[in-house]
Amino acid sequence: MDKKKDWERKNLEPYVKSSPERQKEFTSVSGRKIKRLYTPLDLDNFSYLEKLGFPGEYPFTRGIHPTLYRGKLWTMRQFSGFGSPEDTNKRYKYLLSQGQTGLSVAFDLPTLMGVDADHPLATGEIGKCGVAISSLRDMEVLFDGINLGEISTSMTINAPAAVLWAMYIAVAEKQGVSPKVIRGTIQNDILKEYIAQKEYVFPPEPSMKLVVDTFEFGSKEVPQWNTISISGYHIREAGATAVQELAFTLRDGIEYVEWAIKRGLNVDEFAPRLSFFFNSHNDFFEEIAKFRAARRMWAKIMKERFKAKNERSWWLRFHTQTSGVSLMAQQPYNNIVRVAIQALAAVLGGTQSLHTNSMDETYALPAEQAVTIALRTQQILAYESGVANTIDPLGGSYYMEKITDEIEEKANEYIKKIDDLGGMVRAIEAGFPQREIQESSYWYQKAVERKEKIIVGVNEFIMENEKIPTLVVDEAVVEHQLQRLKDVKNERNTSYVKENLETLKKAAIDNENLMPYILKCVKSYATLGEIMDSLREIWGGYQEPIQF
Amino acid sequence: MERKIRVLIAKPGLDGHDRGAKVVARALRDAGMEVIYTGLRQTPEQIVSSALQEDVDVIGLSILSGAHNYLFPKIMDLLKEKEMEDVLVFAGGIIPEDDIPYLKSIGIEEIFLPGSSTEDIIKAIKTRIEEKRKKEKS
Repeated sequence: MDKKKDWERKNLEPYVKSSPERQKEFTSVSGRKIKRLYTPLDLDNFSYLEKLGFPGEYPFTRGIHPTLYRGKLWTMRQFSGFGSPEDTNKRYKYLLSQGQTGLSVAFDLPTLMGVDADHPLATGEIGKCGVAISSLRDMEVLFDGINLGEISTSMTINAPAAVLWAMYIAVAEKQGVSPKVIRGTIQNDILKEYIAQKEYVFPPEPSMKLVVDTFEFGSKEVPQWNTISISGYHIREAGATAVQELAFTLRDGIEYVEWAIKRGLNVDEFAPRLSFFFNSHNDFFEEIAKFRAARRMWAKIMKERFKAKNERSWWLRFHTQTSGVSLMAQQPYNNIVRVAIQALAAVLGGTQSLHTNSMDETYALPAEQAVTIALRTQQILAYESGVANTIDPLGGSYYMEKITDEIEEKANEYIKKIDDLGGMVRAIEAGFPQREIQESSYWYQKAVERKEKIIVGVNEFIMENEKIPTLVVDEAVVEHQLQRLKDVKNERNTSYVKENLETLKKAAIDNENLMPYILKCVKSYATLGEIMDSLREIWGGYQEPIQF
Repeated sequence: MERKIRVLIAKPGLDGHDRGAKVVARALRDAGMEVIYTGLRQTPEQIVSSALQEDVDVIGLSILSGAHNYLFPKIMDLLKEKEMEDVLVFAGGIIPEDDIPYLKSIGIEEIFLPGSSTEDIIKAIKTRIEEKRKKEKS
């Protein structure tokens, strides 16, 4: 300590006087204050075994597996979907041929909102933000020629997650693949929809019931499937800080576990199938610290708060996507560099799977060339950079350990606050996380406009924009989708469909686990919209209170 | 005293990405405008009817979903139908550059892409409204 004081007095102070620092105060992209220098003095009472331990051992700060990427690289999983199921099927086959190792389905907005292509609200939206799926027939085309016994598939679907999952299970069965062996993830995180992404359909309570139904069904019938991906991604994209992203995501996780336990499920039966999804933003060290803190916090939560015994229940397994909101329309080629830095942070943070955004996403969905560069970015990290050759290489850095601790501490304060509010469902109803995120997003925008935060090509180093090619979704998709929907409705056994939908409604009223009923509806070619409407009749819809 | 500029911030279509809309709404309010926010998932009909009821000078449309080429013209047509062509319409969001000339040709004043500053949006609105009000006086 004396040595440091000496350094400050003799060396630092005179130096700063004659040559002042660039800014009065340095902060992370989230506004966390950053000190000039970190030394062993910042890690008072630091216990290696308690705080870090070894990879594959509690508290898993350094990773959940003993070898990390030396054993197996992360799954390279580009989130994709556009136009018709035929269009997307072609893109999947292309990506797989280029070395992508897992599929990730982006659905269009009508599908995300649980309405069919022929719904009035779907006009203009079909196939735009992702692929359009209205019935099992569409899903069969989407995975045509792709063996579901061999590939793992992640599906970004929330309010109607149970229905789309049932469709996937049905396609697998048609291919002769048992639900016992299929692997993948449904996002199924309804809480973050109310907090951030806003693609909710039903009110929170029945939505939570449906999520717990999938946990219960999955743990028995589809044991290798991740029945939820508890997502901070959208929370961050809506403007949250790194700490808010971490805190709200883990608190959402706590909420799901509590509801599942209330249902009577054994924590060690479903907890190993919980997975997470984080954002990787521009601030390199802050992001790595966030991932490390996340693993340590979740392990503690599962072990101490929920008394889980199975080690796998303590694992925080996560997918990462680079930050869409950090990409800029100005000088779009710069986005390739942003994505590379964010991807590197995710890898140094120990992610299990990664999606790198494409440089053109501030304009439209990725064009083939852009998505190829994004995938190549991951491959260069994996095979050329050498960063996958050792585990948690930043572990033990004074700075890294200090900010990992700090982020954990701040996130725990938020978790406590939400506990005090009575849990996440109550906090959402009170608008708490929504308000906190809005404050942060406004603060950040203002910081950029005051030039306290520099964004290259946006508020500094500005030049005339270069035009890049973008993907155009063929308008013919609409007719095509409407026609197939009509055909499905003509060819199916209508009275059998109606009977199945009625039985589903009754099961919803009786509060039964709805998965078997949904599966039956799906297999009889009841449409997504019909199934969701049946549940809307029982549960009603949700509209959030307006605030800004 | 001139009346405050009244702005309707609207989210047409199905997407729930409202960060941009809310940041802009708040910045406009901080700049002294009266701001009404429609909330999510508004149809063109709902947006135009809110604009009429609230007697706004400006509509700001925010969209990410790619449905702009369908939803924006519909809103512009409805404004014409209701003889509300004097309402200025701005838009922002995820919009391909190639679509911008068309959107301007149907009467949208300006399109703001990611990276736009709220200051620029405020300036654009104030300048256009001042010009319009001057014209109306003379």
